[in-house]
Amino acid sequence: MEKNTQTWALPRQSMPEQDPQVRRSNFKEVPLGYTEQAAVMEAKRCLQCKKPGCVQGCPVAVDIPGFIQKIADGNFDEAIKIIWRTNSLPAVCGRVCPQEIQCEGACILAKKAGAAVAIGNLERFAADRARAAQAQDLPAKEPATGKKVAVVGSGPSGLTVAGDLVLKGHDVTVFEAFHKAGGVLVYGIPEFRLPKDIVRSEVAMLERLGVTVACNQVVGRTVLLDELFEQGFEAVYVGVGAGLPTFLNIPGENLIGILSANEYLTRANLMKAYLFPEYETPIARGKNVVVLGAGNVAMDAARTALRLGAETVRIVYRRSRTEMPARGAEIHHAEQEGVEMFLLSNPVRFCGDAQGRLTGMDCIKMELGEPDASGRRRPVPMPDSDFHLACDLAIVAVGAGANPLLTGSTGGLKLNKWGYIVTEEESAKTTRRGVWAGGDIVTGAATVILAMGAGRIAANSIHKYLTLGW
Amino acid sequence: MYPIMHREEMSGGTVVLNEIHAPQIAARAKPGQFVILKANETGERIPLTMADTNPGSGTITVIYQVVGASTRLFKTLAVGQGYDDIIGPLGKPTRIEKAGTVLCVGGGTGVAVLHPITRAFKQAGNRVIGIIGARTRGLLILEDRMAAATDELHVCTDDGTYGHHGFVTDVLKTILARETVNQAVAIGPVPMMKFVCAITREAGVPTLVSLNPIMVDGTGMCGGCRVSVGGENRFACVDGPEFDGHKVDFDQLMQRLGAYRAEEAAIGAEHACKIGR
Ligand SMILES: Cc1cc2nc3c(=O)[nH]c(=O)nc-3n(C[C@H](O)[C@H](O)[C@H](O)COP(=O)(O)OP(=O)(O)OC[C@H]3O[C@@H](n4cnc5c(N)ncnc54)[C@H](O)[C@@H]3O)c2cc1C
Ligand SMILES: Cc1cc2nc3c(=O)[nH]c(=O)nc-3n(C[C@H](O)[C@H](O)[C@H](O)COP(=O)(O)OP(=O)(O)OC[C@H]3O[C@@H](n4cnc5c(N)ncnc54)[C@H](O)[C@@H]3O)c2cc1C
Ligand code: SF4
Ligand code: SF4
Ligand code: FES
Repeated sequence: MEKNTQTWALPRQSMPEQDPQVRRSNFKEVPLGYTEQAAVMEAKRCLQCKKPGCVQGCPVAVDIPGFIQKIADGNFDEAIKIIWRTNSLPAVCGRVCPQEIQCEGACILAKKAGAAVAIGNLERFAADRARAAQAQDLPAKEPATGKKVAVVGSGPSGLTVAGDLVLKGHDVTVFEAFHKAGGVLVYGIPEFRLPKDIVRSEVAMLERLGVTVACNQVVGRTVLLDELFEQGFEAVYVGVGAGLPTFLNIPGENLIGILSANEYLTRANLMKAYLFPEYETPIARGKNVVVLGAGNVAMDAARTALRLGAETVRIVYRRSRTEMPARGAEIHHAEQEGVEMFLLSNPVRFCGDAQGRLTGMDCIKMELGEPDASGRRRPVPMPDSDFHLACDLAIVAVGAGANPLLTGSTGGLKLNKWGYIVTEEESAKTTRRGVWAGGDIVTGAATVILAMGAGRIAANSIHKYLTLGW
Repeated sequence: MYPIMHREEMSGGTVVLNEIHAPQIAARAKPGQFVILKANETGERIPLTMADTNPGSGTITVIYQVVGASTRLFKTLAVGQGYDDIIGPLGKPTRIEKAGTVLCVGGGTGVAVLHPITRAFKQAGNRVIGIIGARTRGLLILEDRMAAATDELHVCTDDGTYGHHGFVTDVLKTILARETVNQAVAIGPVPMMKFVCAITREAGVPTLVSLNPIMVDGTGMCGGCRVSVGGENRFACVDGPEFDGHKVDFDQLMQRLGAYRAEEAAIGAEHACKIGR
């Protein structure tokens, strides 16, 4: 094996991006991807550690040095096969994982050379190349078992369960409430960060493998979970996500021009309202937009508002920059594009005109006090620090809760005090026989890769159950 | 695709009925529930209440008023064509109880939504009085079906071209003065529901209304359909669409329904130019 001792000190290969001034008015993807040459150069920086920290940092333990070595060797087809062993959505994860606190955060070069190996970019490169080259030979399937499995929800966790179990020979049907499959990957994360063609091709791949994707199926309404058993499904996986919007519960919140991020992003992404009127769903186009919150969802909403023609877009967040939960890359991209940060600021009330339209927001300045239960310093209001922000569109992105639609119509599922489903960690089994759950409906709003990891655990347990029993 | 099996135009073509093949929904739907329909890839998701269901033939019936771009598009769909997507049944079914005398008040296309509820109250053994209204005779819908579903039906037109000359609220007052009513249901334009509720509140008659805020998903995920009921925010798609009319903030609902008026005017203009070309 070639030793990479001279190359690690080379600078990290940067990813070419659309110019911020250009991209802030289009919905095309921002990072453009590595060329083969850049990918090989970057791959050669990897030290091929004997005890790789990166693998420990990845929630699904992708064989990172393994696939990177193949890229360094120019053997791209082998590289993607190695990734696929543990991660069925690398084109997605390469783009949206918070790498800086996962794989890349634990890479030895992060300390040693000041810049980790660009693992996410390389993963994306391998996956994009395979998709472009149509190198996706169908993986081998085990003989049919005749066992039927229902997966409720087509987000990353549901898709992972479906993919794993169809390969094990089971007959899998995915039930999705929306008219399109993909969960947050289609309705939440914008096109400029995750092109919808990628999600579509991943879903198409599952269908080619034999998974039935049934859209427009709201489990709990169109069909009850109990009825799935009557229909001959022997195991049910619940991956319905954390689809309940949180509002601030402050005065004026029902004025026109105040939307949850879920609504705003669903209109923009799933319904393609940014192509209005070619696509018929309208979306509020604010001139002066505020976004409440500072996670990935808030960044996505803010950057969408810019692209829809806003003159100013302001993130209003009650804590400081270090507590902002969004991926580093998203905050950076948002600032490059012109999103302003109003940190340590808390909205107190919304103000409107006689027609009930939003005209502004009263806020108060905060300072950081003692750490709270989450270990983050608690923001406390500063006396007499009120200020007013004029705005005509406010997007509330302060978190999501458990949607009770399915859990409320299904007996035997133990829920925690916030309404999330209680599962056994090592198997993803719920308290009801034959039912598993994972992803955001168990953990609360988390990440794509964690939802996929939970799906993998559940799939293994479901397979065991179908072959050996509960 | 969900094909249209039967189609009718009413009110001089301003109201359209579609009977659609959707067996899974037909088997399960109850009075008061709605579906969300999307005509094609570029279409909007539009909520419509089921005016009827037939589990035997696997069909659901919707009756809609042609008001904007999407309902205009729906109107162009012929028998044999259909909708790409229909999601449902959504919302909570009406709580049908034996209350005694039930008063069902409907205005405009609201009568389509009111009809299955009226019929269910009658089947539950209530004495049912109906009051339906329209601006003018040509716009009145479902009079015969409402007559069949009630013990007593009153018809009003704003311009006096048919039935009582005046608003449904006039007849409502007369009936409330005449006898004891145990339950009322009011479905129609927001101002109508607001005025009906003002009267029944005074008379102490519990009143159900069916609200139609702007919706996206219909599953409690977006919060766009939030309405203020008794000072609290409720999501009409999952907590409703029916609520205690005496607690609803109708003024706010009316304002929120206008949220996309500017955008819709734009699409109207766009369509007009396409036709003009
Ligand atoms: C705007 C946004 C940006 C994000 N950015 C990132 C990021 O950059 N990186 C990252 O790692 N994570 C990100 N996340 C978080 C990540 O997307 C989620 O943690 C992940 O998608 C959860 O996956 P899931 O499979 O549990 O559920 P979801 O992706 O939420 O999918 C659940 C699916 O179930 C369906 N469903 C719900 N109820 C029913 C029912 N009753 N019947 C049938 N179907 C139902 C829903 O319609 C949905 O399609 C982001 C989230 C959002 C909202
Ligand atoms: C639960 C529910 C059940 C409904 N049932 C019926 C029904 O059985 N029959 C029927 O005719 N209509 C019903 N509606 C109303 C129907 O959904 C709207 O008329 C339709 O969405 C208008 O779409 P459009 O694109 O044609 O008009 P748009 O161009 O979107 O709007 C035209 C006008 O209607 C207003 N509008 C927009 N969306 C809605 C809405 N959701 N509700 C009311 N007004 C709206 C706009 O502000 C505008 O003034 C129902 C609505 C809900 C929420
Ligand atoms: S799946 Fe995510 S965390 Fe794991 S290696 Fe890939 S980008 Fe890193
Ligand atoms: S920790 Fe970094 S250098 Fe070491 S194997 Fe992983 S990616 Fe390569
Ligand atoms: S329509 Fe989205 S929450 Fe009701």
